[in-house]
Amino acid sequence: MRSVRLRQVAVFLVLAGALQLGAIAVGKPFWQTQLTMSAYYALVAVGLSLLMGYAGQISLGHAGFFAVGGYGSALLTTWDLSAHKAAGVLQALQAMGAVVARPDPFGGTVLTVHPWPAAVVAVLLAMAAAWLVGIPVLKLSGHYLAMATLGVGTIIAAIAVGTQALGAADGISGVPPLPLLLGVGVGGATSQRVANYWVAIGLLAVCMILLLNLVDSRVGRALRAIHGAEDAADAMGVDTARYKLHTFVVSAGLAALAGVFLTHFNGGIGPSEASIMKSVKYVAMVAVGGMGSLWGTLGVSLLLNFLSLRGYFGTLDDAVFGAILIGIMLFSPDGIMSPDLRRILVAGWRRLRPAPASVEKGASEEGR
Amino acid sequence: MAGELFFQYLIAGLTYGTIYAVVGMGFNIIYNATGIINFAQGEFVMLGGMTAVSLHAFLPLPLAIVVAVLVTMVVGALIEVTFIRWLSRPSVLRMIIITIGISILIREAALLLWGQDVRALPYFTGNEITSIAVGGARISPQVLWTLGACAGLVVLVTAFFRFTMLGRQMRACAANRVAASLCGLPTRNLITLSFVLSAGMGALAGCVVSPITQTQYGIGTGLAIKGFTVAILGGLGNSLAAVAAGLLLGIIESFSVSLLPTAFKDAVSIAVLLAILFARPSGLFGARAATRP
Amino acid sequence: MRNPILPLVTCLLALVSTPARAADPIKVGAILSVTGPASFLGAPESKTIQMFAEDLNAKGGLLGRKVEVIVKDSGGSPEKALSFAKQLIEEDKVLAILGPSTSGETMQIKGLCEEQKTLLISCAAAEVIVNPVAKWVFKTPQKDSDAVVKIFQHMKSKGLTKVGVLSSNTGFGKAGKEQLEKLAPNFGVQIAASEVYDKAATDLTAEVTKMKGAGVQAIVNWSIEPAQALVIKNARQIGLTIPIYQSHGFGNINYVKAAGAAAEGVIFPAGRLLVADVLSDKHPQKQVLVAYKKGYEARFKEDVSTFGGHGYDAMLLLAEAVKKAGSTDKEKVRAALEGLTGLVGTAGVFKMSATDHNGLDVEAFELLTVKDGRFVTLAQ
Repeated sequence: MRSVRLRQVAVFLVLAGALQLGAIAVGKPFWQTQLTMSAYYALVAVGLSLLMGYAGQISLGHAGFFAVGGYGSALLTTWDLSAHKAAGVLQALQAMGAVVARPDPFGGTVLTVHPWPAAVVAVLLAMAAAWLVGIPVLKLSGHYLAMATLGVGTIIAAIAVGTQALGAADGISGVPPLPLLLGVGVGGATSQRVANYWVAIGLLAVCMILLLNLVDSRVGRALRAIHGAEDAADAMGVDTARYKLHTFVVSAGLAALAGVFLTHFNGGIGPSEASIMKSVKYVAMVAVGGMGSLWGTLGVSLLLNFLSLRGYFGTLDDAVFGAILIGIMLFSPDGIMSPDLRRILVAGWRRLRPAPASVEKGASEEGR
Repeated sequence: MAGELFFQYLIAGLTYGTIYAVVGMGFNIIYNATGIINFAQGEFVMLGGMTAVSLHAFLPLPLAIVVAVLVTMVVGALIEVTFIRWLSRPSVLRMIIITIGISILIREAALLLWGQDVRALPYFTGNEITSIAVGGARISPQVLWTLGACAGLVVLVTAFFRFTMLGRQMRACAANRVAASLCGLPTRNLITLSFVLSAGMGALAGCVVSPITQTQYGIGTGLAIKGFTVAILGGLGNSLAAVAAGLLLGIIESFSVSLLPTAFKDAVSIAVLLAILFARPSGLFGARAATRP
Repeated sequence: MRNPILPLVTCLLALVSTPARAADPIKVGAILSVTGPASFLGAPESKTIQMFAEDLNAKGGLLGRKVEVIVKDSGGSPEKALSFAKQLIEEDKVLAILGPSTSGETMQIKGLCEEQKTLLISCAAAEVIVNPVAKWVFKTPQKDSDAVVKIFQHMKSKGLTKVGVLSSNTGFGKAGKEQLEKLAPNFGVQIAASEVYDKAATDLTAEVTKMKGAGVQAIVNWSIEPAQALVIKNARQIGLTIPIYQSHGFGNINYVKAAGAAAEGVIFPAGRLLVADVLSDKHPQKQVLVAYKKGYEARFKEDVSTFGGHGYDAMLLLAEAVKKAGSTDKEKVRAALEGLTGLVGTAGVFKMSATDHNGLDVEAFELLTVKDGRFVTLAQ
């Protein structure tokens, strides 16, 4: 099993490399920018796929956790602490390197929290929030659970757009890059586009390895049991409440991690990232990719986000999204990776065999 | 707080509350017949309002409203027949996603059809500045219209589901579709009917509240979230409870404005909802069994 | 230190490349919220900019080249605006970016345009966009602070000193609220209550009740959404008869229609586009305003709004700068734009300089009011 997982991740990395080389070969190196952004959104979707597919819990508030991560690190890394320079705590933090001085765009200097401690704080904050709301929320089921998670998302969105310190409707801009090794940083500089692409893909690959290991472990089997028949799992001695809670927290943590990285990459974040529509989109990506099909979710999410971020659908962006959502849910409720869809496509292919165009279509649909 | 202001906040709460209540009730009809929540309910409200405004250009107001409600009912039937009818035992999650998709499509179609501008039906009685004095506070007659429509709908819906054969058949269909079908009930048609009724109800709500809230292509989403909140708060499937929950939520929101910055109005009402859900997972008036649909 | 060969080579290169480039269109990017919560701004802006470009091309284009406008719909999301900005700059190699429609989006891509040395002509109102001045960033809507000054001057003349402020939770509302709070002391005005409501609000009775409770002498509302019609309706319904001021975001006749009888007597500062028909023939803006209004209304069968005007001005500034520079070299066009003075647009007469990248002053505003469901100047 282990080798299968590693092989899958290796194939993913090879494909990612091929995609990059392809983009450069056809003279479109800038595609990497939007692929990088898509990769971070895909990380949110993959985490949600774990929650929806394995623990069987819907979350209509996942954009909220993404926003906690993004806003958390944006606030900490742009909040100028110069006024409190004399405070003992601050000096101690500065000596530890947790608080650093950096030049601001207008020629002055600002004293802010270093991006790394900020990132850690932001992700932990999101996980703590998920843990706190998870205990009561996950006792609910069906529509009541959907409503509760929607409610949590709404509250986070209301806080983001209603708080002056978070920039209200304008959001926060001017977030510095997140420094990595060898002078590379997660940020928007064109010179670091190639490196940033690999940072995003690498993060995605590492998280995939962890998630694939998780779903193949004892925990994963327990989760699948919960999804299949919660009462039965309960009776067999599976601590369903705890497993569900842990999955929720892990899923929220991944969303927050994506939020942190994307905020540094974009150099800012706005309240649209916390909106309910965004949460709905994540759920849609998972549904189209196949609940519990981590690779399917990843592929769909990368593709749809990439197309949307490049503006291919123009003003019909949401409409195209709705249409894909309905189409997949009607004809193949288990997502594009499901045997159902394969059967429909194969049947369609047989019927239309003389026409070469449909052959191509069938192949590309399955190849995703 | 001065008595006059207290009354005024109460009336503001009633205004919010009746809007939420009439939208919330629409959710319950489909839920009662099928056990699913239609997230496109808010779009029925929007369609009703927008169609009525367009028709009012050449029809008198009452006729425009009647035709708008009928048009929306046809849309409701089309949606059910096209997207829902032929699915066998769809899961809750699948239905949530499909109806969200439908909601997005209707909204985008309305944007293409009507553009982004805001419209409104005229006030049924008086005009934009007419108001009636009630104990030092003032209330717009349209709020009374909405309250009246809300009360009328509750009576009609309750009577329909309790006392008519068709209503009982629809309840049987919701309770156990297979058993209902074995008894010879045309379950598929009953479900279509539930969409038609729900669409009609949403459209009527959209017309009655249109002078107050104004209508625009994107108004459905916000109203649907409020309506859903109210339906859940009351306990799914209970129209009277939805009205009570709607009024309660409206009044909470209104008084929260008197104490806290308005920016957090929605957060306050949702926080109350969450607190209630955690204490009573099946809503204020719901049966315990409702947690496991 | 100057190397004489370098300019020579440049000239030669320019000569060689000119014939090839003459056929190429001039590419201009536009990032607008055509759909989504800010579509009240983006949709008319997008229509106007495309109309402007078509008219321009029909007349032979700019410098003998066609103008190609690439419109990207951001839906009001800063992250999409950023993605599109990178795409337009690096991939489409546009001369300039027009828009975005909202201040949040503009602030998110401001740094990028500075770094990439690409002109950004924003259609958003917030003053932070051009203050402090960024070399490559300009904006066309009038300054919020000038609108506020205009309102406070009128209040002072009427002896109103205790006011309530309502604003929507958008970038427009936020910027207006900040300016109102900042400038109030200068005019001896006290802000007794200030509330921010949701942009999608469906009733605001509680909010205006709070204003009533605070005992204010006037209400100022700052938003671009339909909710601003609710403010006046609900205030009149609860029996408030005090003067109500709106921002320049009220410049769309649909809001007057939505508010009906309640809109009568509302006072707001706006560009003169809304009263173009009744403007004196001697007014310098008369010709531009009437031409734009007629063109837009004939083409799109809808009433013109000041928001579309911001798109018109953005395109106008760029076109004039290109003509003046006589080239599409980014640096030259930028310098030309910064030097444009006396250019008549829909928002006012632009007077750009190195320290003012908006170029409009308080004179760009006229106080308007609503009479019998139509916009008229307050003096009339």
